[in-house]
Amino acid sequence: MSMSGSAVELPITTDTTPEEKISSRQLKKQLRLQDAKTKLSSPWASGVAIILAILWTIPTFGLFVTSFRPPADISTSGWWTFFANPGVTFDNYTNAWGEGLAGFFLNSFVIVLPAVIIPISLALLAAYAFAWIDFKGRTILFVAIFALQIVPIQVTLIPLQTIFVSFGLQNSFWPVWISHTIFGLPLAIFLLHNFMKEVPASIVEAARVDGAGHVKIFFVVLLPLLVPAIAAFGIFQFLWVWNDLLVALVFAPSPNLRPITAAIADLSGTRGNQWELLSAGAFISMVVPLIVFISLQRYFVRGLLAGGVKG
Amino acid sequence: MDWLLNPQTVTDKLIVMVFAIVLFIAIMGLILWVIDRPAVPNWVVVVGFLGPVTIALVIGLLYPALGTVYRSFQVSTTAVGPDGKPIVNPETGQKTTELTFSLANYDRIFTDPTFQKVMINSVLWVILVPVLATFIGLIYAVLVDRTRFEKLAKALVFLPLAISMVGASIIWKFVYEYRQAGVAQIGLANQILVWLGLDPYQFLLTQPWNTFFLIIVMVWIQAGFAMTVLSAAIKAVPDDIVEAAQIDGATGFKLFRKVTIPTIRPAVVVVITTVAMASLKAFDVVRTMTGGNFGTSVVANEFYTQTFTQGQTGAGIGAALAVVLFIIIIPVIVYNVRQMRISEEMR
Repeated sequence: MSMSGSAVELPITTDTTPEEKISSRQLKKQLRLQDAKTKLSSPWASGVAIILAILWTIPTFGLFVTSFRPPADISTSGWWTFFANPGVTFDNYTNAWGEGLAGFFLNSFVIVLPAVIIPISLALLAAYAFAWIDFKGRTILFVAIFALQIVPIQVTLIPLQTIFVSFGLQNSFWPVWISHTIFGLPLAIFLLHNFMKEVPASIVEAARVDGAGHVKIFFVVLLPLLVPAIAAFGIFQFLWVWNDLLVALVFAPSPNLRPITAAIADLSGTRGNQWELLSAGAFISMVVPLIVFISLQRYFVRGLLAGGVKG
Repeated sequence: MDWLLNPQTVTDKLIVMVFAIVLFIAIMGLILWVIDRPAVPNWVVVVGFLGPVTIALVIGLLYPALGTVYRSFQVSTTAVGPDGKPIVNPETGQKTTELTFSLANYDRIFTDPTFQKVMINSVLWVILVPVLATFIGLIYAVLVDRTRFEKLAKALVFLPLAISMVGASIIWKFVYEYRQAGVAQIGLANQILVWLGLDPYQFLLTQPWNTFFLIIVMVWIQAGFAMTVLSAAIKAVPDDIVEAAQIDGATGFKLFRKVTIPTIRPAVVVVITTVAMASLKAFDVVRTMTGGNFGTSVVANEFYTQTFTQGQTGAGIGAALAVVLFIIIIPVIVYNVRQMRISEEMR
């Protein structure tokens, strides 16, 4: 997905804010009465909602069930027969892991940490400068960086590759880290700048009066206040890097460097009929993003609504 | 230095990773230490905070983008010497090639039927995915709004957004899996056809509908995004507007059409344009499900195929395709930004 500048600042309710303190029964009753009037509630509406929910869940569920079935069962009967004729095995996962997925999993991990930490740190510094340091050309530079978000990464790949080759860095983790950093920066700066601007000027001023320099203000005053924003962007960047295919294919082509997403895509091309391998492999590649996503969903939604959607 | 560029073992890889992070922290620490000294002029501070980012973006985004635009106007031709004959490399005995200015790349991608098909597919993606994803996301957001299972219901539709497009493609490839008639089907889609008394169908191979079955996968991924943003917008519709409309007698669908929709219009625009850009660049789904074969390729996928598998000719075509991608995206973004400006002014 690609950036969309923010600004459509959609007040975030229910999902993100903690429950309101007032929770007397009467109030709830009142709310429910009011709801009844505004909601499109009818058996039809619930029916449609349930059908959509099923449509959105069944495909994943089917592959999930498949990943636990013996290969012989998978190739001779549909996963829906599993419930009439259950046969459970964990061999698919053991085999997929043994197929080399363990190594690819490690590569993903090695790629993702620097590719999240570095852009966030750089973007925080830049966002601070744009928000709290006065200098000539500030607006122009900020708009220029904002505008760079529109460059599709495809446009940059070939010349970037040439640059990496001329430094002798090709076919290592370095191009992957560097390019993920570069591609993540414009959105990160934009998002973090928005959050940084929301910090009351009086707090920054007070620190300045106390004699704190910019570096001190950045670390002591602003960083602690920005933890939710950092989490929001961090999750984006994490999911983006972990789930990325294009950058990995271009800059980490050798099997020694290949992250798990690229490895699974490759399996799908070369071993497309071995569903026992593919299904288990797909879920191995999904475990980490799902854990991150489910445990930090609150921040993710906040980032999404602040306008951060990249690609 | 070999372990630094080409680590083989688990430990080496982890060491390189830690090394990269520590190196970065050391460099940034040094920069910050320098600018934090007393009596440092303001411009040094600015350079310290913004320098690394500016350098990274100029070298890593701006320069490559210009380079690609330049390359898209070049084709590889046989070099001709002053005597009018091809220059032959004396060592290899092969004719040397050089890059010359030409519009041939653009000519080819707009006139060659194969590339025209790619363009048409991209247009289908860019129109259908945003429209369908936004429509479904909106319906769903309204239907589950303030119901008892809202959180769970939203999470179910939202989850495809967290997994990779490669993962989603594999999930759907399994749904579309084909076995010939008479044999037990293992893909759900074909099993449903069989249950309905129809013949199994090659969802991913049969043109021209296979493109639509790929589009469904992208809709499945993006609907969660549309739903989340639109749901938040619906919840933000001011109560007084709703109450005023209710006093005027509007309920149910009418209230939704006359009050909710106009109020959340800016959010709808942002969702549509964002999803449009995502579908334009979507490469993973096509790559994983069909590899761009059987007439399903799109610009983003064709770019990759041309650039990295077709040598010098392909590099020029790939560059031209990337530029086309760029040019299509610009108006979408300009519209998006303008909409956001308008909605900001309204507040």
